[in-house]
Amino acid sequence: MTHPESVTWIVRNLWLIPALPVAAAGASALLKRSQRRLSAGLAIGSMGISLVLSLMAFAQALADPARRVVTFNWMQFGDQWVQLGWLLDPLAAVMLVMVSFVGLLIFIYSLGYMAHDDNFTRFFCFLSLFAGAMLGVVIANSLLLLFMCWEVVGLTSYLLIGFWFQRPAAAAAAKKAFITTRVGDLGLLIGMVWLYAQTGTLLFYNSGAGCLEQTAVAGMEAHITAAGMAVSTAIGLLIFCGAAGKSGQVPLHVWLPDAMEGPTPVSALIHAATMVAAGVYLVARVYPLMSPDAREVVAWVGAITAIFAACIAVAQNDIKRILAYSTVSQLGYMMLGLGVGGVAVGMFHLITHAFFKALLFLGAGSVIHGCTEDQDIRNMGGLRRFMPVTFATYTCGMLALCGFPLFAGFWSKDAILHAAHGWGVSQGPFYLGAVGALLTAFYMTRQMYYVFLGQRRLAEATVSPAAVAAHEIPAEQIEPVVSARTGEVCIIEHPHESPGVMTRPLVVLAVFAVLLGFVGTPAWPWFQSFLAGESTGLDFGRFSEAGLLPLMVISSLIVFAGLGLGWWFYGRKPILHATDPDALEKIQPGVFHALANRLYVDELYGVTVIALTRFCARFAAWLDRWIFGGAVRIVAWMVTGMGWLDAGVDKFVVNGGFDEGCRDVARGGRLLSHLQNGRVQNYLRVIAVALVVLAAILLWGRRG
Amino acid sequence: MGMTFSFLILAIMTLAGGVAAMTMRRLVHCALALVVSFAGLAALYLNLGAEFAGLAQLLVYVGAIAILIVFAILLTRGGEGEPEGSFSPSPAGIAGAVAALAVFAVLTWAVETSSVARAGAAVAAPQTTMREIGFALMQRYVLPLEVIALMLTAALIGAVILALREKRNEPADGTAQKQGLRA
Amino acid sequence: MTPLAGCLLVSALLFSIGLAGALTRRSAILVLAGIELMLNAANLNFIAFWRFGAHPEFLTGLIFVIFSIAVAAAEAAVGLALILAIYRHARTSDVSEITEMKG
Repeated sequence: MTHPESVTWIVRNLWLIPALPVAAAGASALLKRSQRRLSAGLAIGSMGISLVLSLMAFAQALADPARRVVTFNWMQFGDQWVQLGWLLDPLAAVMLVMVSFVGLLIFIYSLGYMAHDDNFTRFFCFLSLFAGAMLGVVIANSLLLLFMCWEVVGLTSYLLIGFWFQRPAAAAAAKKAFITTRVGDLGLLIGMVWLYAQTGTLLFYNSGAGCLEQTAVAGMEAHITAAGMAVSTAIGLLIFCGAAGKSGQVPLHVWLPDAMEGPTPVSALIHAATMVAAGVYLVARVYPLMSPDAREVVAWVGAITAIFAACIAVAQNDIKRILAYSTVSQLGYMMLGLGVGGVAVGMFHLITHAFFKALLFLGAGSVIHGCTEDQDIRNMGGLRRFMPVTFATYTCGMLALCGFPLFAGFWSKDAILHAAHGWGVSQGPFYLGAVGALLTAFYMTRQMYYVFLGQRRLAEATVSPAAVAAHEIPAEQIEPVVSARTGEVCIIEHPHESPGVMTRPLVVLAVFAVLLGFVGTPAWPWFQSFLAGESTGLDFGRFSEAGLLPLMVISSLIVFAGLGLGWWFYGRKPILHATDPDALEKIQPGVFHALANRLYVDELYGVTVIALTRFCARFAAWLDRWIFGGAVRIVAWMVTGMGWLDAGVDKFVVNGGFDEGCRDVARGGRLLSHLQNGRVQNYLRVIAVALVVLAAILLWGRRG
Repeated sequence: MGMTFSFLILAIMTLAGGVAAMTMRRLVHCALALVVSFAGLAALYLNLGAEFAGLAQLLVYVGAIAILIVFAILLTRGGEGEPEGSFSPSPAGIAGAVAALAVFAVLTWAVETSSVARAGAAVAAPQTTMREIGFALMQRYVLPLEVIALMLTAALIGAVILALREKRNEPADGTAQKQGLRA
Repeated sequence: MTPLAGCLLVSALLFSIGLAGALTRRSAILVLAGIELMLNAANLNFIAFWRFGAHPEFLTGLIFVIFSIAVAAAEAAVGLALILAIYRHARTSDVSEITEMKG
């Protein structure tokens, strides 16, 4: 390991940050199921220490924005050492703090959310491993190390999405997430191998010799492949495949909404803080590889994802599914920002989004928790009366997500739109992004009206009077309601506010959702300059930059328009019954159903990719059964025939003689066995006689 | 005449006990006669100056093994004696007696012809203190001592396992049926 | 007759008595008792040789007897446990009836 004098303690021990949660995961894997307290304590404690270390690393990066790396030899192949290492630069520092902070809040929240689960210990074990692997991705200074952590992240996300694997839907969703991301990871793997072949190293930065540094990148840009593309572009796009899989970009977004089958803290952890951010972070990390051509692809994919997912989100009825599509859409924005604006633009949205999306997911979890595990927004309504804290914090998150002026999302999304507007290649992504912003405000308003505003609607799955009679539910929590559909009197359980251990993280996150944007406003672009390693000051003059203010006004208007549309459709006339058709559905049933069915992407994959795979499999099975199997069977028949022949020879020729010998031996054995008659005294007598004979011989011999 | 009077008395007591133990009809009487024989041997050891061995003989044989044999007799319901002729002049029994006599004859012959036994004069009893025996056990013979300890432990465990009741052979109680269900 | 020869003769007699018992008695317990007697006869030999032998200060015979007693204790415990087990199994302790090990 190399330790130059300039490397400080925190840089040298940066590995502790991911190692602690991983160690906690290992320890809690050994715990018994009943040791819930210890397991949660381990996970939260390790995450807390990681957060403290992350903050120390952040302070170090603040004091000294230069990139610091530590590398060490890992394994020898032939005469080459594969080196791994970690690095600390502003980008990594920001991600470290974000991941460990949001992760810690989610851990604490999980205490309340998973309190009744039988497999509490297992959950915290997976959660710690997940967080550790993600922190490993963040500090990796080697594409190989990053890839290893990346795959652990993939594995744990599989385990966590499928945490309730007893439910077939959860098991299927876990499989889907794993396989879909694997498709992207294949690209990443090929890109990594190609990168190694080109540069001979997988270290990102190694004082001039790393693969992201000037010499290597220049070499790759100069090298043109047969398809007329620079090698760096090709490698960058292959790596982007991996990022697209992890970050749910079109066309690999299908797993992300299904991943909602996992417990809600997992949704928050995967969809807000860590896993989906990993893809964006990967692109930001290998940004030097991204040539203008590659960036163009990234920008278009991002923009298309942003609007595509926003459209689908409009017609969803599952509270977490809406947020999932919203996440896909926002990830598209981040990619768009990376493509058109650079690292700072994309990362800024990543950070703000992490906070307000975690808030929204945890708020949704609180709602679900309070509504006895119902996730259908049509069965909610009027919840602001029952869950005031959740309502207030959720509103903050929703406004931040919509990009309401002065909230966190406003500044970061505006930076992206501004960068897209100024993009020299095309204005298309800008318009896609703007429409996406309108849709975002619209579907979030729709969700708010359905969930929190209006009046309490009757759940389809009502509480049976028998359960009340059995005192399973306290009497004050229920009220009789007349069902609109059947006219019967049903009894419905009152929703309740979640415990403090769940609401407190919400409040903390809400504060960040409101205020975090101010670290990256155009007047004081501290965040952007921090990533770039420069210092900056407050200067309102920057608002007067050409086109900036009009653009901000336009984007604010777009947000207001979205909110207004939402009110027009859902707020004007209160939604009375759970079974009422959606307001949009009344106008455009065809479009609405297409959107509600996720634009049939899954079905499309079903009839194309999966059908093809299935056909190949069937063909292979046929080949196996008839061609190869036939050959094997012929050989088997031949062998059997020879076996018959041999058996005949054996039976009549060999056995004849052998049997005779056996019979003789058996006869001799039977004769001898009469000596062995099982009576101990016989044996003893034989020994005595033998003793007499022996002694007599000895004595006789000595006398003579 | 090198043998003392006390030696003769003790030898006769030991031998008489042995003969009684091997010839009496009731097993319990046999066991008691065996005790007499063991005790006589212990006294012989003391007489020969081997105090430690004599006391160990008394403790182990009279105190433990004889009691163990009595227990075994009671547990196998042998206390009533051997009803059918325990000394029926069966060919096997006669052959055994003849073999034993032959062994005795050979041994006597060996003693008579041995030069060592003839030359062995009466020497003064060696003065053996417990201290010396302790040192011998802890220094010169420490390895055999450890081996013996290990063997005793193994024998203890083995005896317990052998004497344990086999549960499976008792379908009368419920546990066996439960095991059957589980299997 | 020297004291040593006397001891040896007593020991030979005791050995033969034990052997005769072991060969003729039908109760497994008495067979075991006979074997114990034979062991004791051997012990008496050791003691005698130690007492009248060349180097009594080495304590060889004496220590051997002590070990032998320990081994005999183990042997008796295991042997009697075996007899109990066989008795439970075959409902007899008559050695002439216990012939399951015959070839």
